[in-house]
Amino acid sequence: MPRITMIEAIAMAQAWELAHDPSVVVLGEDVGRSGGVFRATAGLMERFGSDRVQDTPLAENMIAGMCVGMAAQGLKPVAEIQFMGFVYPAIDQIVNHMSRLRHRTRGRMSCPVVMRMPHGGGIHAPEHHSEAVESMLAHVPGIRVVCPSSPARAYGLLLAAIREPDPVVFLEPTRIYRYVKQDIADDGAALPLDVCYVLREGEDVTIVTWGAMTVDVLQAAEQLAARGISAEVIDLATISPIDSETILESVARTGRLVIVHEAARNCAVGAEVAAIVAEHGLFDLVAPIKRVTGYDTVVPLYRLENEFIPSVVRIVDAVKEVIE
Amino acid sequence: MRTVAEFRIEYLQYLDAQGNVTGELPAFAADNAELLKMYAAMLRARTFDAKAINLQRTGKLGTYAPCLGQEATHVGVGAAMRPEDCLSIVYREIGTLFWRGVRMTDVLLYWGGDERGNDFHGPAHDFPWCVPIATQTLHAAGAAMAFKVRKEPRCALAYIGDGGTSEGSFYEAINLAGARQLPVVFMIVNNKWAISVPIEEQTAAETLAQKAIAAGIPGVQVDGNDVIAVRDCVDRALAKARSGGGPTVIEAMSYRLSDHTTADDASRYRAESEVAAAWEHEPMIRLRKLLVARGALDEAREQALKAQFAQEVEAAVQEYLATSKQSTDAMFDHLFANPPPYIEAQKEMARRYAGTGRPSH
Repeated sequence: MPRITMIEAIAMAQAWELAHDPSVVVLGEDVGRSGGVFRATAGLMERFGSDRVQDTPLAENMIAGMCVGMAAQGLKPVAEIQFMGFVYPAIDQIVNHMSRLRHRTRGRMSCPVVMRMPHGGGIHAPEHHSEAVESMLAHVPGIRVVCPSSPARAYGLLLAAIREPDPVVFLEPTRIYRYVKQDIADDGAALPLDVCYVLREGEDVTIVTWGAMTVDVLQAAEQLAARGISAEVIDLATISPIDSETILESVARTGRLVIVHEAARNCAVGAEVAAIVAEHGLFDLVAPIKRVTGYDTVVPLYRLENEFIPSVVRIVDAVKEVIE
Repeated sequence: MRTVAEFRIEYLQYLDAQGNVTGELPAFAADNAELLKMYAAMLRARTFDAKAINLQRTGKLGTYAPCLGQEATHVGVGAAMRPEDCLSIVYREIGTLFWRGVRMTDVLLYWGGDERGNDFHGPAHDFPWCVPIATQTLHAAGAAMAFKVRKEPRCALAYIGDGGTSEGSFYEAINLAGARQLPVVFMIVNNKWAISVPIEEQTAAETLAQKAIAAGIPGVQVDGNDVIAVRDCVDRALAKARSGGGPTVIEAMSYRLSDHTTADDASRYRAESEVAAAWEHEPMIRLRKLLVARGALDEAREQALKAQFAQEVEAAVQEYLATSKQSTDAMFDHLFANPPPYIEAQKEMARRYAGTGRPSH
């Protein structure tokens, strides 16, 4: 059982699926010869050849549009967008075609595509390399948005995403690409999509988060435990559609909800989580819902990026506020 | 069948890799002082470049995109443009920026993760660094449209890389520029590699200059390592644009002698022998040979220039390192001319939690 990082787990999942499903094709900028700027596709071109693993010209809208065409004609493209900040040219194809080809053709055609992209900041990257704009994509009907929080989850969820008959945007939290190693059996076992994962059980407050922020939230939960506050930590994992049931069940027990995400606050996914609980669990709440998020501004260049990303202190303070 | 249109792409070079003069030199090249100024500008850019890489390697600078091997293209453009013209850069063109008055400290601040690096010195109408590939070509077209509408005798120039010419924005920009006969020059720096993808895999087009043909505008190829040819080519394109003659696409043939950025390792995807061969064509040796042959440059002068630039770079580095990071307020400043009320509340929160963020991984 290899002990691997998230980035290695992502490469391993793609290799498994390339080996077991001849319709899978990996494509993107620098994914082949170079093995990806983060090494998420390392070794795949050597192993599977340049038809199955393709270096594309530099054009993101082309990548997304090609995925629509390839998927509609029997392939399962797994495309890499080099950074989430580079997805914008591809939005036309993702929103106008990829997300709705099934719907528009009344099920005659479909788009089983995975669009992988690094997500978020905290790695000292240049301008436009630290974006976390999952809410933009979560807003689009017809696509799933998934974000793993560990190597094992990345392996299992990416396999599920590739096998899903509809398009999946697969967000990879760059900050934790190499944060921990886990023992993962390379057995092709997928994890379920559309469900949350409870990372830590607790009784006093429910904290909902996803991606790299799970690390900070778990640290906050540890500190809170030392003060006698028991926090339940839920990893959203599938950002769209949201597994309301797990969240509502948890809030029904704890009576308090704190939502933590790296993305800016305005119209972000946290607002959707809050709305779900407000609509269906309001009378379970004993305190107002609290959000801890990135600020409503452009992600700063790296000298200030850690002032932007919610700190453990901010999370702990927010929880203390809803407890008091 | 009959032929309804025919096209050709011309290639301009005055100075070959060995320093031989291969054509009748343009007028400015008769002026040794002018050529020496251009040589010095290349040396200045290269000296800065080496230091920036070194700073990154020692943890004092973030990811940096070197310009090694492409200095002639950048300096040739700098020398050809007028201050009132509008420059739209990508992320490597320090030779042009320095020529236009941008300070080395400004460049270090940008790659050092500080927004003030985009508020650089030099012409205030020049666009900031542009990471989203090819988007800057449309800004140059837009700037050129503004000059046309306002009837100002100014031009815009956009840089773009070989990889960037695969993006939709590039085609959209040259098409519009042609349709409206805008005073704009598109400067393609073909350094042969878009990170790991070689030009042969980027496109089946024999030249990138010929992409201009489809937009109905002239395309020309130039030896991008021959600073005299680059300057002359850009001179002519700008003069044409300024006099209402419309846009030009220039493809400058060069080579990326460095990694794509300091975050890249080019040895993973290209042969060392190819890089070694490309060094034979680098831009500085040929101009040095010409200047030495003309008696305009000798070893002592060369050493004096090197010492001067090393000192200048060191002073810039010290200034950069001594520039303390901005307060958290800077995250919100300049977002809006009229900030919505919640900005003040978030600014206050950021102040309260300043310094609590974890160190970067």
